[in-house]
Amino acid sequence: MQLSSADVLKVAKLARLHISEADVQPTTAQLARIVEMVQQLDNVPTEGIEPMAHALDVHSVLRPDHRLPSLDRQAALSNAPQRDQECFRVPPVMGHDH
Amino acid sequence: MTVDAYRQVIGLEVHVQLSTQTKLFCGCSTIFGQPPNTQVCPVCLGLPGSLPVLNQHATQLAIKTGLALNCQIAATTKWDRKNYFYPDLPKGYQISQFDQPICYEGFLDFADPNDEKALRRVRIIRAHLEEDAGKSMHDEAAGRADSRIDLNRTGTPLLEIVSYPDMHSPDEAKGYLTELKLLLTYLGVSDCNMQEGSLRVDANVNLHIESAGRTIATPIVEVKNMNSFRAVERALVYEVDRQFAEWKKTGREKGQAPKQTRGWDDVTGVTLPQREKEESSDYRYFPDPDLVPLKIEKSQIESASNALPQLPSQLRAWLQTEHGLKPYDADVIVSQGSHLVEYFQTAVAAGAPAKRISSWIQQDVLRALKERGIEISALPVPATKLASLVNAIESGEIDTSRAKEVFYFWMENPSSDLVAARSALGISSVDRGEIEEVCRQLLDENPQVVAQVLEGNAKGLGSLIGLAKKKNPNADPKLVRELCQQMIESRRTSS
Amino acid sequence: MKLEELSALDLGRKIAGRTLSSREVVAYFLERIARFNSSITAFSQVCADLALEKADQIDRQIASGMAMGPLAGVPIAIKDILCTREMRTTCGSRMLENFVAPYDATSVEKMERAGLVTLGKTNMDEFAMGASTETSIFGATHNPWSLERTAGGSSGGSAAALAAGMTPLSIGTDTGGSIRQPAAFCGVCGLKPTYGRVSRYGLVAFASSLDQIGPLAHRVEDLAACLETIAGHDSRDSTSINAPVPQYTRLINRSISNMRIGVVREQIEHAGLAPEIRSAVNRAMEFLTGLGATIVDIGLPHSRYSIATYYVIAPCEASSNLARYDGAHYGLRADTKSLHGESPLEDMYCHSRSQGFGEEVKRRIMLGTFALSSGYYDAYYRKAQQVRRLIFDDYHRAFEQADVLLGPVTPTTAFRLGERLQDPVQMYLGDLFTVGANLAGIPALAIPAGNDQAGLPLSIQLQGPPLAEEKLLSVAYQLEQALFFQPRTANLS
Repeated sequence: MQLSSADVLKVAKLARLHISEADVQPTTAQLARIVEMVQQLDNVPTEGIEPMAHALDVHSVLRPDHRLPSLDRQAALSNAPQRDQECFRVPPVMGHDH
Repeated sequence: MTVDAYRQVIGLEVHVQLSTQTKLFCGCSTIFGQPPNTQVCPVCLGLPGSLPVLNQHATQLAIKTGLALNCQIAATTKWDRKNYFYPDLPKGYQISQFDQPICYEGFLDFADPNDEKALRRVRIIRAHLEEDAGKSMHDEAAGRADSRIDLNRTGTPLLEIVSYPDMHSPDEAKGYLTELKLLLTYLGVSDCNMQEGSLRVDANVNLHIESAGRTIATPIVEVKNMNSFRAVERALVYEVDRQFAEWKKTGREKGQAPKQTRGWDDVTGVTLPQREKEESSDYRYFPDPDLVPLKIEKSQIESASNALPQLPSQLRAWLQTEHGLKPYDADVIVSQGSHLVEYFQTAVAAGAPAKRISSWIQQDVLRALKERGIEISALPVPATKLASLVNAIESGEIDTSRAKEVFYFWMENPSSDLVAARSALGISSVDRGEIEEVCRQLLDENPQVVAQVLEGNAKGLGSLIGLAKKKNPNADPKLVRELCQQMIESRRTSS
Repeated sequence: MKLEELSALDLGRKIAGRTLSSREVVAYFLERIARFNSSITAFSQVCADLALEKADQIDRQIASGMAMGPLAGVPIAIKDILCTREMRTTCGSRMLENFVAPYDATSVEKMERAGLVTLGKTNMDEFAMGASTETSIFGATHNPWSLERTAGGSSGGSAAALAAGMTPLSIGTDTGGSIRQPAAFCGVCGLKPTYGRVSRYGLVAFASSLDQIGPLAHRVEDLAACLETIAGHDSRDSTSINAPVPQYTRLINRSISNMRIGVVREQIEHAGLAPEIRSAVNRAMEFLTGLGATIVDIGLPHSRYSIATYYVIAPCEASSNLARYDGAHYGLRADTKSLHGESPLEDMYCHSRSQGFGEEVKRRIMLGTFALSSGYYDAYYRKAQQVRRLIFDDYHRAFEQADVLLGPVTPTTAFRLGERLQDPVQMYLGDLFTVGANLAGIPALAIPAGNDQAGLPLSIQLQGPPLAEEKLLSVAYQLEQALFFQPRTANLS
C-alpha cells in the first residue's frame, strides 16, 4: 500500500498528535519510506504460524487479593500539571462518562 | 397506533464490580466512597514504569459467575489493551479482554413476565474481565470550568456480561436484570449497588419492522447512563417509540447510519445523542505485553463448579417441589436472598409446616425486617424459635392471633421463651369445658344471633368470637366458632 | 592511582578492605564528571551530594564491620529511564523534564541494597528510541574516543560515561540493541540479559515485550557482579522469570573447551559489515578454537526480516505505552488557553503531546498507531508477530547446534553525529545484528575487540539461549584474556 496524507492525518488524530499543514507532506513521505521498508514482511510465508506476543513461555502469573499500602495523596498528585488538594484538574470533560 | 407490526430487539451489557479486596492489577483497596485519590498507587495511576499483576480472586469470581451463567470457561484467556484517551483513564488504554474472554456462551433463565409459569431464556455471548476507569467530576463552582479527576475507582475489577439481543420488551429486559442481580447476590461476587456504580447497564436496541412484506431493521442504538432498573425500563420504552417514529420519518435502516450512542436523561425522560468522535471506535486492541496469558485447568473449573451455592432458580424449584409452595410464594422468599431461604430451611427442619412458615415469613418476618431496617441475620426471633411458635399453633396450644403477640413480644424480648412470653402476655391454655361454658352463656345472652344462624345467616358468629375474647382472652377463635355452631345446630334439632 | 582503570569489583575489594573509602572513590569519579561531562554529555543529572552522603553511610557500615556485598561503596550511573525517588526521571524528553517518580524501580532498589552509590542519571535517546543519543533534551552524547562521533544509543550516556572514566559501572536498557550498540561504539562491555531475567518494574516502557535492563562495564567480571545484583524474580513484574540467580562471578572462569561456538552466516557474510569488524570476529573465532572450542556454521534464515519485524512491533507497543503522556496527570501540559478550540480537553492532549515529544518519538507513535489501526492490524502487527515466531524458531534451532553464537554487534564503528538523523531508515538498518536477541528474548553481550585504524572501538557480540548468561560471560571472560580484547578508557584531556 501507499501511505497517503489522509492516512497520516487520521493516524495523527488517533494518536492525539498535532501536525501543522506544512508538516503533512514531509511526515507522510518519511512514514511512507518506513512503511515501505517493513512491507518486506509480505515476502515471508506465515500461514498457520501462531503470532508471538511474548518472548517468554510463562502463563498464569497471579497475585493474592491482599491489600498493599497506597500512595500518600500528596505523592500521588505531586507531578500533576494542575491540581487542587484532592484531585487532578483537567480542561472540561464534556459529554459522557465512559 | 400503527399498521406496521414490529419486534423489539434488545441486548444488554452489564458491568459488574467484583467484590475483591484489591484492584484487578494492583494492591490498592476497592472500598467505595473514600476521599479522592487516596486509593491509588503507581500502577493504577498509570505512572511510567509501573506494571500490572493479575488479582487471583478476581479471576475466581469471574469463573464462578460464568459457571452460574451456564458459560463455557476458557482454557486459556489473555489480556488486551483497548486504546483511547480520557482523563479518567490514566494509562491511555484500558486492560480488557478482546478475543479470548474468560467466560463465553452461556444463558440465564428467568420468569416470563407474560406467563408466571413459563421461563424465558436469554443467551450470554460472553463475560470478560476488565479494569474500571476513574471518575471525572465537572466543577463549575467558583467559575472554574474544569474537571476534577479522582482515580480511586481506576483499576477496580469489572466483569462485563454481554447478552445476545434476545429480549423483546422492556419487561423482559427488567426480568433479565432482576434475575441477574439476584444471581450475582447469591453468588456473593458483587454487592450490585447501582447507586454506587457496582452494577451498570448499557442497552443495545433496535426494531425489526414488518412492512410491505419484508422485515426492516432500524439502526442499532446503544443507550447508556441508566442508573436503576426502573430507568432501564423507562429508557427502553422511550427508545422503542423514538426509533419507530424516527423510522416513520426517515425510513432509515440499519447499515445506512452508524451505530449511535444515546444517553438516558432520567429527569426529562428522554434519550439524547452523545457526541462521538468518528475515530473513537478504533480502539486498536492488541495483546498487553505486560501481562501473560491465564490458563485455567479443568480441575479448577470442576472444583469451582462443585463449590457453587444453590442458585435462585434451583431454590425456587426446590421450594415448589419439596415444600409445595406456590411459584409466587417461592419467588418472594428466594428474591429476599439466600439468608432468608436459610431461615426458611431451618424453620422447616425444626418440624414446622412449610406453608405456615412461608406465610409467617411473608407477613410478619418481612414486615419486622422492613420496620426495623435490619437483615434477617439480625432478627431477634431465630428460625427455630419461630418454628416452635408455629408448632404450638399447630398443636392448638395457642391460637394464631395470640401467637402474633408472642412473636412481637419476642422481637422486644429476644431472650424470653414461649413460657415466659405466655405468662407475660397472660396467655394460658384453656380447658375445652371452660370455653363451652363461655359459648353457652353467649348464646343465651344473644338469642338474635342464634336466630340469624338458624335462618342460615352465619355472619353473626363473628361477633360472638369478639365477645368470647372479652370473657376469656385465651379463647381460641376457631374453637369458639366451632362450638357455637355445634350448639346452635343442636338447639335446632332439639327444638 | 587511576581509579578509572580499575574494575568495579577491584574498587569494591579496596573499599571493603578499607584501602580506599567509598567517599574517596565517589569523589574521584565526581571530579572526572565535573571535568569531562560538559564535552561528553554522558550524564543528564549528577547527584553529587546524595552520592557522597551515601558513600559516607557505606563507609560507616564497613567500619562497623557490617557484611556487605562485593559492590558496596562502588559508584554506578543509571540510565535516565529507570524510576528513582530521589532524582528526576526524564527519559531525555521534554515531556518528563520535571518528573520525579514517587517510587524506585526494582533494579534501583536492588542496587541500593547492594550498597552501590548512584552518581547520577545518564543521557539517552528520547524514550530510548534511537541509536545515537542525539534526540535528548540534554543534547547529544559524544563518543569519548572521537568527540564528533556518536556514542551510540539509546544508552549512549551509560556507555560514554564508562569510556570517559566517569563511572566504573553503569546501567542501560536494551530494546533493540540499546545496551550493546553503544557499548560497541564506546569500547566497553554491555549485557542484555534474557527477557524477564531483570525486573522491568520501574523501567519506563518503550516496547514492553522487548525491553530489558542490563549492565555496562569495563570488565566481564563486573557485568557478572552487576547482573547478580539486579537479576531475580519480582512479584511486581508478571513477565519476570521465576528462576534462581546463578552466582555468575563464580562461574565465569569455567573452561569453554567443550563449547560449540556458532558463527552466524548471514551476519559474517553481510555485505554491509565493515572489514575490520569481520576480522575481529575472525580473530575471536581463532582464539576460541585455540582454547578447544568448536566452531559451527549457523544459519538464521529469517534474520534478514528482523529489522522490519522490530520496526512494527516496537512502535506498536510504544504507541500504546506512550499514550499515558497526555498532559492530564503528570508530565508536560501545553498552555492551550488561548486556542478556544472545539474541545479544550482535546487541545490539551494534542498540543501537550506534540510539544512534549520529539520528532523520532512522534514518528514511532504514528507508525505504531497506523500498524494497529483498523484494517492494518493483520497486515502489519499480526504479520510481524508471526515473523517474530519464525525468528525465535531460527534461534531455537541454532541453539541445538551451538552453545553460543558469535558475531558482530554493529555493521560499522561509531558514525558521525548528525549523519543519520535525517534518515530514519538508515538509522534503523544499523540495528540489524542486535534486534534478533530482543525479538527472541535471549541474552546477548557485547565486548570490545580492540580499535580500528582510526582508533575507534571494535566489538563483537555473543548470543545465547534463554538464561544462558553464564555461558556468554564465560566465553567473554576468556576472550577478555586475549590482549586485543582488553578494554581501555579513552584518553581525554
